[in-house]
Amino acid sequence: MEEFLQQLTNGLAVGGIYALIALGYTMVYGVLKLINFAHGDLFTYGAYLGLTLLTSLALTDRLGFFMGVLVLALMVMGLVAVLGMILERAAYRPLRESPRLSAVVSALGASIFLQNTLMLIYGARFQVYPDNILPVTAFDLFGLQIPVMRVLIVLASVVMMVTLYLFIQKTKIGTAIRAAAIDQGAARLMGIDVNRVILLVFLLGPALGGAAGLMVGLYYGQINFTMGWVYGMKAFTAAILGGIGNIPGAMIGGLLLGVVEAMGAAYLSIAWKDAIAFCVLILILIVRPTGLLGERVADKI
Amino acid sequence: MNRFTSFAVALFVALMAVAPLFLNAYHVDVLNSIGLYGLLALSLNLILGEAGLFNMGHAAFYAMGAYTAAILNTRYQIPILWTLPLSALVAGFFALAVARPVVHLRGDYLLIVTIGVSEIVRIALVNDVFGITGGANGIFGISRPELFGFVIRQPQHFYYLIWGFVAFTIFLFLRLKQSRFGRALNYLREDEVAAEGSGVNTDYYKLAVFGLGAAWAGMAGTLFAAKMTIISPESFSFWESVVLFMIVILGGAGNVAGVLLAAFLVIGLPELFREFSSARMLVFGLVMMVMMLVRPQGLLPAKSRQFSFAELSNKGSFR
Repeated sequence: MEEFLQQLTNGLAVGGIYALIALGYTMVYGVLKLINFAHGDLFTYGAYLGLTLLTSLALTDRLGFFMGVLVLALMVMGLVAVLGMILERAAYRPLRESPRLSAVVSALGASIFLQNTLMLIYGARFQVYPDNILPVTAFDLFGLQIPVMRVLIVLASVVMMVTLYLFIQKTKIGTAIRAAAIDQGAARLMGIDVNRVILLVFLLGPALGGAAGLMVGLYYGQINFTMGWVYGMKAFTAAILGGIGNIPGAMIGGLLLGVVEAMGAAYLSIAWKDAIAFCVLILILIVRPTGLLGERVADKI
Repeated sequence: MNRFTSFAVALFVALMAVAPLFLNAYHVDVLNSIGLYGLLALSLNLILGEAGLFNMGHAAFYAMGAYTAAILNTRYQIPILWTLPLSALVAGFFALAVARPVVHLRGDYLLIVTIGVSEIVRIALVNDVFGITGGANGIFGISRPELFGFVIRQPQHFYYLIWGFVAFTIFLFLRLKQSRFGRALNYLREDEVAAEGSGVNTDYYKLAVFGLGAAWAGMAGTLFAAKMTIISPESFSFWESVVLFMIVILGGAGNVAGVLLAAFLVIGLPELFREFSSARMLVFGLVMMVMMLVRPQGLLPAKSRQFSFAELSNKGSFR
């Protein structure tokens, strides 16, 4: 039971990270009908920027752990959001009217480019987060010892998801995003500046992805320049699992996938851990391509 | 074919035929790599270029062929070249089984699924599935290929084996392009709904081309295993699929000459600039983005087939 609950909380933490990345995929897909292959790499940038800022600014020494990490997270999110905006300008906007394949190839090119820029800057080896800044104490929850970091990650991801959900559902700008996702032409006729909506989506998604990257760095302690595509694929699986284009779906899909993967790794086989997500992806596309909550179909052409 | 292109083709063939006589072993080996990648890219071109199906898991079929050949050769001592048809069958049927449930998915979903499949295959190979793949170390001690009692050992000899197979492939695929099958694939690529409306059985052709492309990749895998005598899962990573995808798109989807040209550029050029080898993928990514802006159809785009009026009326279509 102890083991089960540990795996459950671990799965929820990892799932929260997947969900944050998945939101970026699902929002971009909702508005542009494009799989942003470079999203996983923006996530990696979050992890690397977090490491650089953490070691160079020594925020946690000056502000204490919680404030330090909070400021750090805000800085990382802002920087990665700017990167996302540049990416949209450079790789996707010029191709908005082109055939689908062109945009997909450009997205892949952007992904390869971003990944290898990181490799050239930081080197190909694993980078390690300093471990002295993190409180190693465990959190006592009904007699269950849970690392503080894990609790923080679950809390932070839930807070971010709820904020995003309220923003999309309750504000005027959020309504514009939803309108543009349903029908771009009609939204334009209603006076919505669709270009600004797209830009906004490319700010929000990468900001959340960047935060997720920082979380992975803090949680696992080591990061690699290629990790973006594994996390990206899994987050995309989460987005499809919940129903692509559906924001609550991405959250649920992410948490579910995280738990399934943690359980699979614990009780089935650790060596096949990475294959579990891909099997889930293929199964869901065969059995229920709309996803759990989705109304949109992974349709034929 | 006009006079200039036929001259260019003749010159290319003549140069390729005598190239090993003038080059050192290293350069011949580079040409061998180009040949293998060209072969793989040609097989992917059937699926991606001719039929327009986004397959980014081609390395999985390549791996299937290579492992089939290696296992049959090291365990049952079957001469490596004899395993060619078996590798083709295994890779082809694997592709059919994988593609059957997902082939109707729209473009980028198919792309994601094929990436997933190739990752599962790679993980299975690393985990030594059924205890026959040798895990992360792979399989070694694959015997040298033998042709009519002649053991192929040197790069120069492999050169003729590989490029001979490439030439055979080009001949077959060009014939295929001219056939009813090839036209159906092109129709599928241009407009699937219209193709289905005109009575083209789209599911059948999609599966058939997946099987055929995969079978060819499987045979390329056999040649790879024969050349290296040692294979391991890292040779069949996701990046191999990306490089192949890139060769087809950059060269000009659906055009054999374009695909070959891109194979020379993508595989050959980094060998010339070895000191910048760490920046290789960075440049590739940039090139992919820029190409989609300025020349999305690729370096040598496929021309649609032209029928002259006289040709058609001879066949009795216009009476």
